[in-house]
Amino acid sequence: MLAYYLRLGLRSLRRNPVLTALMIMAIGFGVGASMTTYSVFRAVSGDPIPWKSSKLFVPQIDVWGPKSRRGGDSRNEPTDAMDYADAVALMRAHRATRQSALYQVSPSVVPAQAGQHPINVGGHAVFGEFFPMVDAPFRYGSGWSAEDDERRAQVVVISGKLNEKVFGGANSVGRTLDVEGRPYRVVGVLEPWNPQPRFYDVVNSGGFSTGTDDVFLPFNTAIDAGMPNDGNTNCSETPKESGFVGLQHSSCVWLAFMAELDDAAQVAAYRRFLDGYAREQQQAGRFAWPPNNRLRSVPEFLDFEQVVPSDTKISLLVALGLLVVCLVNTAGLLLAKFLRRAPEIGVRRALGASRREIYTQFLSEASMVGLAGGLLGLLLTGAGVAGVGWVLPEDIAALARLDVPLLLLTLLLAVIAAVLAGLYPTFRAARVQPAWQLKSN
Amino acid sequence: MSVHPIIAALRKHKAGTILIAAQIALTLAIVCNAVFIIGQRIERVHRPTGIEENDLFLIQQQWVGAPSGDDPAGAEKLDAKLREDLAALAALPDVAAVTPINSLPLLNSSWNGAVALKPGHGDFDGKARTTYYFADERLMATLGLKLVAGRAFDAGDVQHRAFRDQSVAPVAMLTKALADKLFPDGQAVGKVVYFDGGSTPSTIVGVVERLQVPGTGSWTNSFTWYSSIQPVRLNANFSRYAVRAKPGRLAAAMRAAVPALYKVDPMRVIDDKDGVRSFAEIRQSAYRADVGMAALMGAICLVLIAVTAAGIVGLTSFWVGQRRKQIGVRRALGARKVDILRYFQAENLLIAGAGTVLGIALAIGLNLLLMKYFEMEHLPVPYVLAGVAVVLALGQAAVYGPARRASNVPPVEATRSV
Repeated sequence: MLAYYLRLGLRSLRRNPVLTALMIMAIGFGVGASMTTYSVFRAVSGDPIPWKSSKLFVPQIDVWGPKSRRGGDSRNEPTDAMDYADAVALMRAHRATRQSALYQVSPSVVPAQAGQHPINVGGHAVFGEFFPMVDAPFRYGSGWSAEDDERRAQVVVISGKLNEKVFGGANSVGRTLDVEGRPYRVVGVLEPWNPQPRFYDVVNSGGFSTGTDDVFLPFNTAIDAGMPNDGNTNCSETPKESGFVGLQHSSCVWLAFMAELDDAAQVAAYRRFLDGYAREQQQAGRFAWPPNNRLRSVPEFLDFEQVVPSDTKISLLVALGLLVVCLVNTAGLLLAKFLRRAPEIGVRRALGASRREIYTQFLSEASMVGLAGGLLGLLLTGAGVAGVGWVLPEDIAALARLDVPLLLLTLLLAVIAAVLAGLYPTFRAARVQPAWQLKSN
Repeated sequence: MSVHPIIAALRKHKAGTILIAAQIALTLAIVCNAVFIIGQRIERVHRPTGIEENDLFLIQQQWVGAPSGDDPAGAEKLDAKLREDLAALAALPDVAAVTPINSLPLLNSSWNGAVALKPGHGDFDGKARTTYYFADERLMATLGLKLVAGRAFDAGDVQHRAFRDQSVAPVAMLTKALADKLFPDGQAVGKVVYFDGGSTPSTIVGVVERLQVPGTGSWTNSFTWYSSIQPVRLNANFSRYAVRAKPGRLAAAMRAAVPALYKVDPMRVIDDKDGVRSFAEIRQSAYRADVGMAALMGAICLVLIAVTAAGIVGLTSFWVGQRRKQIGVRRALGARKVDILRYFQAENLLIAGAGTVLGIALAIGLNLLLMKYFEMEHLPVPYVLAGVAVVLALGQAAVYGPARRASNVPPVEATRSV
């Protein structure tokens, strides 16, 4: 029976090609715009480490106090980055399963081959626990040990990309890399790994970054080598001493910190520890205010840092608005189309078709419009995702992609939209009184 | 013409009427807000930075194996390297002027602080936020800034210091916006200010008309025009040079710059992509998101308007088809063609009018929603009025075709059975 209805639907759609084309285009454009903006939204609002993000936490300590928020911020939030003294103290206390203070560096690397210009690479100075904590995938070798951290070993983990560039892609574990004029022994080479948002250092990446981290150096080694930080530095007062050492002695914030906490009890214990630490600092006279700490999980911290650009959300909202207008439009056109066929419906009802059958017939016609609109929407979404690079900043545009779930979602959305639009017109069609229709003819 | 028969007729098409009115209302709400967003972005992109943007480019580079500059000897060494680079760039045939500089407007790399009229205790409770520019005496010539009071820096003013050294230059220049905020009487030249709540005074020697800060994010909105300039060459293991090419020689100067720097010292990193950028490129990448957002909103508006117009045409055509007999009767009873045309136009005006009333409310509601969750401003009344005019005109334009067809229905139609 359904096949018969589909044939009937096709015939009816062919009878008014202009009206049909209008409906298909309305659905197609509405779905295309919505799915294109959704693909961008999905790309930027995704969880970069879904299997573990609820166990990874970013502690925040109120190192500047309420004075720094005078006038401006009423939320009483502590700084989102950490100063050196507190980061080192949290590392020393070592209360989490794993933890790492980290900061962004931008050292130069000198290729071994003569005649090549030095290159500039991005990276982070981290503790050895960082790699298992964030599940960094290794192609060769591994991270370094706590001992290496302790004795300031000159070891380095490099990206596959840098390995390709400097060592021709071979297993370079054990070889030496010249970083800022010092020899570092390669202990690990990573698989391609570029989590977006860059959850372990949102403060310096702003969430998204086109570049990959090419080198990871031991934190203490980098500090001892005087390798300065390459990210944001925020101060509430001018450092008393100058230089990178002066920055370490100041209350300026420039470090990120991440801790792995396995269960609720451990989270609660870590909160108590942070409060205890802040109270100690208060008693020691360093903080003139009561503890005001935060301990946010990675998803909470990404939300707090508002890494999803508001333009992305506004675009999605406006595109959904467009879809609603297209729906209303299709509903109006379907209504006109179905009611024009009142005599035909009257005949069918008089010949014994039940209301239910009328429903099936007209909703299958609507679904056909939806499916055709969905196919057009797919094309438009494909074009939209391909063209998104024209209108969005590179770091975000590069993330939007078309995959099978998005394709299926596009078709599904189109059919659901068309059926929704067809519901009221079908309801009206099913209420056509056969007797009245037959009489008036 | 009386509206009474129109309303009576529309009662028979409640659902269709409501759907068209709802569609017009939603279209109005979205188009008003989208056009407002476009207007804001266009305004943002077109604000002048205060610098002469043609023929200007920026070089950024990093020395390899250079001292950190944290000790005085290292800073001296870095300054010598910096001056060598400047001399090499200035000697190029296509270069008109060059200055070392820490940033440029729209570069999104900035050093921000606060400026106060009284010496502070090291905390940042300044009277105004500001962004610092550090450059030498060729700044005015290189960037093409306009001096509106006092004098520009001369070679005697220029100092050099390590990047992380916290000392402050004894003289400074401010933008007019910042000078007026600090000294409402307009007499800033010769007055003293304190940067970052420090206790070292800096005397204002000159005021420039306009100089935008490097940051373009919304967090800089409160101090977009509050720049201050210190005559300082900053010494670090990296440096930036703003270079003005001779008129029309930008491309040639950009090509010549990198080999010239490698000739001075090959142990340096100049990125292939970001090492040398014309100001036009810097501007483009700073405003890419804004231009993109405006384009996207524009595209959505066009689709919306097209869909709504098509909807009106479709539904009105259907009504005309349905009422052929009534139209024939009216014509037979003496109604002129123009009366039929007017009838459908008035009908559309009535529906669209109801839609716009609802639409104005929706537009304001959407604007309030955007204001609450995103940094959006109040939707100005002219945008709403323009939106109403556009939507009403759109309705009239869309209904004209079907209405013309209706007016061409011959009176004889009254005698035919359906």
